[in-house]
Order: sequence, then C-alpha cells, then structure tokens
Amino acid sequence: MTDKQTLAIHVPVLARVEGEGALDLIIENELITDLKLRIFEPPRFFEKFLEAREPDQVIDMVARICGICPVAYQMTAVHALESLFETDVTPWITQMRRVFYCGEWIQSHALHIHMLAMPDFLGFTNVIAMAEQYPEQVRRGLKLQTLGNDLIALFGARSVHPVGVCTGGFHHAPALQQISDMISRLKQAQSEARDLLEWILSIELSNEDQDFTSVSLQHSTEYAMNSGRIVSDQGLDIDANEFSQHFAEQHIEHSTALYCFLDNQPYLVGPLARVNINYEQVPDELKALLEKNQIKFPSKNMFHSIIARALEIVMCIDEALHILGNYQLPSQSHVDWKAKSGTAIAATEAPRGLLWHRYEINDKGQVTEAQIVPPTSQNQARIEQNIKLSLESIGLQHSADDLQLHAEKVIRNYDPCISCATHFLKLNVTRQ
Amino acid sequence: MQKSAERIKIAVHKFSSCDGCQLAFLNAGEDLLALGTECDIAFFAEAGLMDEQADVDIAFVEGSISTAKDEQRIRSVREHSQLLITIGACATAGGLQALRNLSTSGQWQQSIYARPEYLDTLEVVTSIAEHVHVDYELWGCPISKKQLMAVVNSAKLGVFPAANHEKLCQQCKRQQVSCIMVTQGKACLGPVTQSGCGALCPAFGRDCFGCYGPAENSNPQALGERLVGLGLQPKQIAQHYHAIYSHVEPLKTNGKHWNEKS
Repeated sequence: MTDKQTLAIHVPVLARVEGEGALDLIIENELITDLKLRIFEPPRFFEKFLEAREPDQVIDMVARICGICPVAYQMTAVHALESLFETDVTPWITQMRRVFYCGEWIQSHALHIHMLAMPDFLGFTNVIAMAEQYPEQVRRGLKLQTLGNDLIALFGARSVHPVGVCTGGFHHAPALQQISDMISRLKQAQSEARDLLEWILSIELSNEDQDFTSVSLQHSTEYAMNSGRIVSDQGLDIDANEFSQHFAEQHIEHSTALYCFLDNQPYLVGPLARVNINYEQVPDELKALLEKNQIKFPSKNMFHSIIARALEIVMCIDEALHILGNYQLPSQSHVDWKAKSGTAIAATEAPRGLLWHRYEINDKGQVTEAQIVPPTSQNQARIEQNIKLSLESIGLQHSADDLQLHAEKVIRNYDPCISCATHFLKLNVTRQ
Repeated sequence: MQKSAERIKIAVHKFSSCDGCQLAFLNAGEDLLALGTECDIAFFAEAGLMDEQADVDIAFVEGSISTAKDEQRIRSVREHSQLLITIGACATAGGLQALRNLSTSGQWQQSIYARPEYLDTLEVVTSIAEHVHVDYELWGCPISKKQLMAVVNSAKLGVFPAANHEKLCQQCKRQQVSCIMVTQGKACLGPVTQSGCGALCPAFGRDCFGCYGPAENSNPQALGERLVGLGLQPKQIAQHYHAIYSHVEPLKTNGKHWNEKS
C-alpha cells in the first residue's frame, strides 16, 4: 500500500514571490519530519564586484542587487560610507533621504499587498483577475504604488535603480513646482491610504499566534528608517557596529541565500517586526483605528504583516507630506566628503526589514571587502519554522493542495525577495 | 507576427537578475490592467500567472544565463514562443553579474559562500542571444515602461519599433541639457552610451555611467584618452567600462585595454 502512505506533490513554480526556490516537505505519520525552503537563485557575487570600486560607484552598483528595493541598498551604503568618512550632512539631506525612503516603502508595500498577498486572502490567483471583482480597490492600490514610485523619482529621476544619490547627499534638488505638485497628490493619498488600511482590517485573516523574536531598528525620535539601534523584543539593544557579535550567517546546502541567525536562533525582520518594536511611535489616531478593529500590537500573528504594511503606507504618506510641507530649495544638495580608510558599517530598514552593510575601505577610498546581509536571508530560518508550526496547527490531514496553498500564503507574508537572495519554488510533499 | 486582429498571448520569464525590468510591467499602473484585458498573459510568476508551458506569441525574457538549468529552460522558452524579446541589460548583454567572467569565479564563490560545493553555476554568465535566437532587444538597466509599452503596442500591430542606438549626447542636445563634460569636466559616458533613458543623469548634473549600453559607432578608445585628460587613471577608466556592460563589445575589449595599462 505504498501509494496510500506516500504522497508527492509537485508544484512547478511558486507564484507571487520575487525569486526562484522550492519547498521540500516530508510528512511521516502525520508529523513533519523534514522541511526545507530551497532557494537556488543563481548567486550573483555582488560582494566581489564591489571590490576596488569607489564610493559613488558602489552606490550605483548596490542598487542593482534588487529592482524592488534599490533605495534601501543605496541608503545603507551611503550611510555606511559617510559614517566612516565622518561626513556631516545637512538637515535638508537627512530629511530628503527620509522622504526618498518613504517612497520605496509605499511602492514596495503597495505592490506586495495588491499583487502578491491580497489575491490569497480574496481567493484569486493574480491581481488582474482580482481587479475584475475589486476594481476600485485595485486601482487605488496601483495609484498608491505609482505615488511611491514618483516620490522616489523626485530625487532619483526614476524609481528602479534611481540615479540621484551620491556620497554626501543628492546630485540634484527637486524644483519647488515639483514639490507643490507632489504635495497635492500626497494630500489626496492620505485618505486613500486610510481607506486601504480599513479595507485590509475588514478582511478576515488566519489567527495563528506563534512565538518568535522580532528585530528592527529603533530610533529615539522617529519611526526608524535610515538610522537607529538594532533592537529585539527579547532585550537586544546594540549599535550596527556590534551586529557581527550577535548575528551570524551560515551556508546551508539547499540554499544560495545565506541563513542569518541571532544567537543561533531564527528571528523576524520586516514590517511586522518594526511595528511590534516601534508601536509606541505609531500615531494615536491609527492606534485607535487598529484597536477599534480588535488588532493589538505587538502581534505574534504573522498574517498581521499585511496590516503592518498598510499601516506603514499611511505613516509614510503623512511623513512625506509633513517633511515636504516645509520644503525649501537648499543652497547645495550635497556636501563635500573626504575618503578615509577603515570599516564602514550601517544598517537601515528596507521595506522587507533590516539591511546591514559592511565595507572595508583602503586609504584611496576603495572597497577592499564587502559584506551585505539582506532581510530575506535573515528571515529564511524563521520562514521554515513558521511553515512547520503553521501546517501543524491547521492539521496535516488536509489535502496536499490545501497544505501547499497555506504554505505559500505563509511564505508570501514575508514578501521574500529572492533576488536579494532569487527563485522558482517547487513544493514536494512526501508522506510516509 | 500575424496576430494583429486577435488577442496576443504573452509570457514573462525571469533568469538571473534583480527583477527590476519586470517591474516595467508591475509598475505600469492602469496600463497593466489594460494589458491584462487586451492580451492573454499565460506565464508571469511574480504576478501569479503560471502556465509556463503555454505556446505564446511573445515571450519577454529578463535576466542572464548562469546555471546549467537556465540553459535548458531558455531553450524551452524559445520552443514555446513565436517571438522572443529580451528586456534589460542582463538578458540582452549579460548584465552586472557578467563581471565575474573577468575573474576566476571559483575563488569568488569561496570567499562569499562557506560551502561552494553546494552551488551550481556555469563558468561564465551569458546573454540570452548566446543561447537562442532573439527577435528584438530592449536595452537599459533598467528598461522603462515607455520602451516596454512601445514594443507591446507595436507588436499588436505586427511590427517592431525602429531600434535607435544613437548616442546619449544627441538626446542631451535635444533636451537642451548643457554638456556636463564640457562645462564641468565630469567623466561622462554619454559619448559611448545609447540614448533611451531620457538623459536622466546629465539632467541631474551628474555623469552618465552607461546604463543603456554601448551606442552605435562609438569610440571608447578615444573617449578613454579624453578621460585621461580629465584626470582619470587607466584603472578608473577600466572600471567605468567594465560595469553593467563588461560582457559586450566594444566595452569588453576596451575595458581590458585600460585595465592592462593600469
């Protein structure tokens, strides 16, 4: 009766993630005995390309690690380099970098909510099909995504691989007319983003609490984005320079993405971890809206990630509007800098979570060694842990199709960017 | 291309890349929904359309070939498509990751991955046209929505847009952007780079770094001499040429030339 005891499911491609991978699952006597999220996006060796390159070239090159979050890579690199060079940027530069980053959070979250995650919750396979039944919601989502892209383009000329960032600031300051046009769009988007959040709050999400450690940046005066300390909800509180003393990357056979652990344990980075850690900085008006809908943060339900994303879209639109409301043309959009040798380290919050860079720089200002720890490799161990617990909690007696869909939904909560690490997900379930 | 009257069927495939060129579809807003109603999108994994084996009129291909599995998959994509269009630098010319072709990648693997024996990578990274016939190429790192929609809309009528590989300098002149090499002495790659981006960098007061690929009849040797005049070291010139397009001529050879001088 081997046929009855062993069931193999083969799904050719995991949809709606960024990258190529597979999921191997073995179920024996109603227990998961092996589970591997296999990532086999071909390695691209970016860290080696960066060697011998100069600071501004590094900024243009790291953007190309990820088409969806190039701003995150540029911001982390520029902060690392400037912290070593002791470059003192102007308040204008610091603020515009925050607006620039807000643009990326808005576009990335809007893309994920509408194109990657929401079809799961509403029973569609893709956004185009979903748009037939939910035309207004999808159009609103696409409009928010476009707004985020245009906010990036304001400072970067285009949203994918923007060209505006240089060591010491920006190559170019937007004109006053462009800012006032953007302000009217942001004002309109404030209510659209709140409608989006309310829509997400009206959707029934799975209720699965799990134990996990959240890790994100935390900043004393603002919702952390470009700077702050690396904090966990288990008491970790360190400077980005101390990262390697607590976090370690491992290479595991089934993945071309390195696995990163905190004190040898899986942990979570990303929107849910950020909201969990920085909930106090969420405006009262939004907290009230969440509470009215019986949503409590910190949350241990990974399915609340989509709420965290919608919440951050609202906060980013408000923040961009607030900063641009006081916009003035600067006398200079970048400051002078002088290269120094040493170790350049910084961490920022990419849309998908903590992004950490380290560069060894020689006395000519060239990179001699680079190390980049993207959010997806940090989440990888946690994703595997989550799938296992989640499938056990819904019950392994479910059909292979149901188990597969649920596993995919769990994976998509993390918005894994396998390009930052790459993809082709196959699910193989073997029952014995 | 005889499909002008009917709905065309398309697919979007990804190989080794950053995903940035498929974003020209996903960031298209209303145009994406229009595309979904005007065309049948059979396969586009990131968007959730999963019929990989469907026969299509046009396959859009992002990314370069860097594993043995990729080599097989691109042949299957070709077999299932009437027309194959590469989107972006990686698919069209190898892209940034082709930089590893200039080095001994085995050493690289060891320094990044603790267990290099787990990896399956080919010796060299290659463009799509090195494996199968390509019908039309979109250059750019990344491509723009405008380029993409132009090719989609033309293809619906059974033609391709006229390919334009003129130099960026010409676009700057038309946009009345003053030359940043002449006025500011910046090491601009505009004279050897094709237009299409909208002269984004010079309009921002910075030097072009060549993200749209080599222009027709360009002379990187002469530009290199000019860059020496602007104070660049041979090694720096080599790095300018060997960035996104190190795997295509004339930048491949010229980058090597300046590297040997350093």
